[in-house]
Amino acid sequence: MSLAETRSPAADRLPTARKTVPLRRRLAGLEGRLAGWVLPLLLVVLWEALSRAGIIAPNVLPAPSAVAGAGWQALKSGELLHNMGVSTLRALAGLAVGGLIGFVLGIANGLWDLTFRYTDTTLQMIRNVPHLALIPLVILWFGIDEEAKLFLVSLGVFFPVYINTLHGVRSVDPQLIEMGRVYGMSPFTLFRRIILPGALPSIFVGLRFALGIMWLTLIVAETIAASSGLGYMAMQAREFLLVDIVVLAILIYALLGKLADVLTRQLERACLQWHPAFQKPGSAP
Amino acid sequence: MNAPASPAAFSGATAPASGGLGVSIRRLSRHFGAKRVLENVDLDIPAGQFVAIIGKSGCGKSTLLRLLAGLDTPTSGTIGFTGARDDAAVRIMFQEPRLLPWQRVLANVEVGAPARLQGEERHARARALLAEVGLAERAGEWPAVLSGGQRQRVALARALASGPRVLALDEPLGALDALTRIEMQALVERIWREQGFTAVLVTHDVAEALALADRVILIDQGRIALDLDVPLSRPRRRGSPELAALEGQILSRLLGG
Ligand SMILES: Nc1ncnc2c1ncn2[C@@H]1O[C@H](COP(=O)(O)OP(=O)(O)O)[C@@H](O)[C@H]1O
Ligand SMILES: [Mg+2]
Repeated sequence: MSLAETRSPAADRLPTARKTVPLRRRLAGLEGRLAGWVLPLLLVVLWEALSRAGIIAPNVLPAPSAVAGAGWQALKSGELLHNMGVSTLRALAGLAVGGLIGFVLGIANGLWDLTFRYTDTTLQMIRNVPHLALIPLVILWFGIDEEAKLFLVSLGVFFPVYINTLHGVRSVDPQLIEMGRVYGMSPFTLFRRIILPGALPSIFVGLRFALGIMWLTLIVAETIAASSGLGYMAMQAREFLLVDIVVLAILIYALLGKLADVLTRQLERACLQWHPAFQKPGSAP
Repeated sequence: MNAPASPAAFSGATAPASGGLGVSIRRLSRHFGAKRVLENVDLDIPAGQFVAIIGKSGCGKSTLLRLLAGLDTPTSGTIGFTGARDDAAVRIMFQEPRLLPWQRVLANVEVGAPARLQGEERHARARALLAEVGLAERAGEWPAVLSGGQRQRVALARALASGPRVLALDEPLGALDALTRIEMQALVERIWREQGFTAVLVTHDVAEALALADRVILIDQGRIALDLDVPLSRPRRRGSPELAALEGQILSRLLGG
């Protein structure tokens, strides 16, 4: 997987053909928003039908209704919300720590050749070690405490943020930087008004990659070394052959991942209003 | 495209007409390695004059302008300015608009406002200059939605926002279509006459040089090959016999005739 992808941040979201009739256009907008959910919904319906027909055995894959029932039970007991809260907190803490370090190092190495020369090679070497391969070592160091998960998630999140921030800072248009200098901007003003906004689209690409890695790392870490959280809940359920809870945990991971992606897109949209890819059609003269 | 605002829109909040600075260039050389781009150039520009610099591509026009604007340092020689000079006295306008895409048009013009203006005064100065270049009602737009000519007008407003006393223009109209070019030339000439700064325009278009400048300088092989006064009254009529005669004179020189 290439972590420093240079596509435009919204290339996957180009507006579809617009109609001039308002009602048609509104319907088209609605269609655009709901289109992504048609396939998952169909799959769930198919799954339920196959389960009811007895084609899928409940001990292999319980019916969606059974999973929903198990979810409702877990929700009522408070166990589900507790585990979701624990997992979310871990994810966010790891994202904050790893993301912040990656961001700061990416900025520093993008701006200064000195720190780049001394740190980049080391970082690239560490990057080539799959961070999940460190799990045995991490368990030896931290046991199954919070530090283990924090460490792994931070490490996983660090690289996409670092690489894309670095790439973003380095690819800011030098002509704009020269313009800022000509107009007497101080180094800090130059950073705040030209370099950071110029690097932002790339930083968002890094953040989106980081979110994916964040969930992946957390699932694996919680499955192997935890005493709470969604991954732990799934492992416990496996021991008691509660397939419905296992499936529930997997679905919740999917939903949380989707939620994180939606939130980032909103943030991106708000921060990159100026970007032609995010401008509402019709606002142009 | 919008017609430029009347000169009356440009008053009060903008810089007092501080007049231009004289420029005196002495034995100026700039080498890049073994390449001698400029060699012992001597040039005096009186305050408030409009000078056009022409020459073949790669002859060192931009190099001279960058030296003048302090973006580059000479290999040897000096560039002096007559009169008091602060940081904002010399402004350069590039071939590309170089607007910040993440700032609205008004904020882009404010980039050029002098540091002593803050808050509302800064906005007011930027607004007055946008009105001056005929873009008052586009203040709230993103640069991305403007046309090439409009972006270059925003860049002009930004360059003028500090009331510069020397304005260096590096082929700022080169990328525009012919009609927009003529419109922009008239705008630049009008503002130059109102504010009285010293203008140094690099262009590859001899007709443009003759339409605007008091004096045309031809650079060839690192030195000034021709220094020609254009003693014609303004506004100049395109295609007049006098202009055509001068253009012929320059072109024959340029083409080694
Ligand atoms: N920073 C630089 N390093 C090396 N060569 C340069 C540099 N800047 C300009 N030159 C060379 O100097 C010559 C004049 O360039 P320039 O002043 O940009 O020409 P123009 O008259 O077209 O504006 C060109 O041959 C160019 O290759
Ligand atoms: Mg040039």
